[in-house]
Amino acid sequence: MVLNLPSEKVKPLSSTSETATLVVDTAREELLATIKNSLGEAVVDSHLKPGDDLWILVRTDAWQASLKKLRDVHSFDYFCFLSAIDWMPSPYGRGEDDPTEPAPERDTTIRPGYAGGETRIQVFVRVVNSTTHIGLNVKVDVDDTTPVIDSLISVYAGANWHEREAHEMFGIDFAGHSDLRNMYLPVDFEGHPLRKDFPLLARMVKPWPGIVDVEPLPGGDSSDATNDGDAS
Amino acid sequence: MTMLGDRQQLSYIASQAADARLNLELETEGMTLNIGPQHPATHGTLRIIARLDGEQVVWAEPACGYMHRGYEKLAEVRTFPQVTTLVNRIDWLGSFANEVPFILAAEKLMGIEVPTRAQYIRTILFELSRIANVSLFLGDLGVQLGAITPVFLAFRDREYVLNLIESATGGRFHPNFDRIGGLKDDLPAGWIDETRAVMKKLRSFCDQIEDLLFGNEIFQSRTRGIGVIPRDVALQYGLSGANLRASGVDWDLRRDQSLPMMWNKADWKVWTHPDGDSFARCWIRLQETRESTKIVDQLLGSIPAGPVMAKVPKIIKVPEGEAWVSTENPLGEMGYYVVSRGDLGPFRVKIRSASFNNISITPWLLRGVYVPDIVTILASLYFILGDIDR
Repeated sequence: MVLNLPSEKVKPLSSTSETATLVVDTAREELLATIKNSLGEAVVDSHLKPGDDLWILVRTDAWQASLKKLRDVHSFDYFCFLSAIDWMPSPYGRGEDDPTEPAPERDTTIRPGYAGGETRIQVFVRVVNSTTHIGLNVKVDVDDTTPVIDSLISVYAGANWHEREAHEMFGIDFAGHSDLRNMYLPVDFEGHPLRKDFPLLARMVKPWPGIVDVEPLPGGDSSDATNDGDAS
Repeated sequence: MTMLGDRQQLSYIASQAADARLNLELETEGMTLNIGPQHPATHGTLRIIARLDGEQVVWAEPACGYMHRGYEKLAEVRTFPQVTTLVNRIDWLGSFANEVPFILAAEKLMGIEVPTRAQYIRTILFELSRIANVSLFLGDLGVQLGAITPVFLAFRDREYVLNLIESATGGRFHPNFDRIGGLKDDLPAGWIDETRAVMKKLRSFCDQIEDLLFGNEIFQSRTRGIGVIPRDVALQYGLSGANLRASGVDWDLRRDQSLPMMWNKADWKVWTHPDGDSFARCWIRLQETRESTKIVDQLLGSIPAGPVMAKVPKIIKVPEGEAWVSTENPLGEMGYYVVSRGDLGPFRVKIRSASFNNISITPWLLRGVYVPDIVTILASLYFILGDIDR
């Protein structure tokens, strides 16, 4: 599934950016072809933005082996980062609800991003070829009920801390990681803060004042300061 | 050991293996050395727990999280223009450089082209924040090795740069000057001449530091051959910036990727060093400060006239998509993976900060070094706590 919707509201301001989207990115296209060739069945889907970046989605059981192959065969020797993403839209919106009113209904259907996917939580890693400087984003689906995935430490030693962070922030277990202590949070912290259903407590305790709080400047024109509310 | 905190308790358990090995092999008792959280070598509140065997480190582990502010979560409830206020505080010594990759990512998703003048000014301010950041590093380096003079020079000369940043943006440390579509404002009158003069001063500052510090015998013996990071280890851990180039990897994001910035309009050199030791890392940073002054000087001469802001809608909605933009920040590769759902704010922002990767190598690197070298190695890796914890 490709979600590359063009913008309707914002138009590119000059002709150059329009032509840029038409650029044929032969380097990345060839790379994608060779990756698909060597990884075979493991590549579920891919997405290529010419002149920009490349995404692939690999099968969950082939996660570690794919990265190993990418490192050894395609010389993606630079480990940039590893993280995860929760594709479920937050049931709390942007935390601007009035606490005295019942919370509005929100659409929490899960829509995957580039290169598709089926699960709510995806792990993604960015690796770069240090000679050609072409980067590759590798995504993988993680099971919703038992989020477990192979650890990449044996492939990239630098994945250690990134996996610890993803573990505490998203509750993903990395099989083969011996030291999944919390990086940032206290040991007895409950919940996984970067999951979308984890409320941002600061906004729950004290509602976001938003535009309502903005008072017009003394002597200023009050019509500028008020957009969609007033200081009442 | 009765007053153990939760965090330490776990680290303590993990260190038992090292401890047992010590007792078994040498029949000596190990010692835990706690460095920080407040320590001049840590640029913030990083704590390092080291198990020692005499003077040697057998096991070391940084304890992060004393300054975790949860910017990735906070960014999800803010609008795109509001996020720059947060990311300003990641690497607080070179704040403007933090804003740029995020703004570039948003612009990439929106398909906005920034006026050339704004691109020039962005690049100049970017390099100025690099100079402000790294010049403090060069001075601070001396203090950590017991030399007092360089830090006075550094604070004096960094002030000139901060004054420039302040006069252009209004903020000394947190400019918050970059906007989606350009910059908040144009440069003030007389700024270009003043910057030229300051760049001259900064170059003589680099010469002074080179004389004072890098030629110093004590400095050399404390840093040469200490904390060597081989090339493949550096790549595996995702080290970036000067730390990577000091291990012999010729890779600078300013040169090796195409961004709507103006680095390619200037003539400058990417320095590498084959040694990979503490000295190499410091030396690379010194050279980079020099190169930055050159870049600024050259770009100042060729800023075109024109607007500094493209036409953008008043309420900024970023179209659906994913974008990754990283730039060569003072500390290394700083990147944002921005996912947008066509909303006012980002759906998810992954902040890839340089220091997090740079410091994640310390458990590997500190094993086997001597206690006084801990400080030199940490200093030469150069991290800022806000950049680790985010």
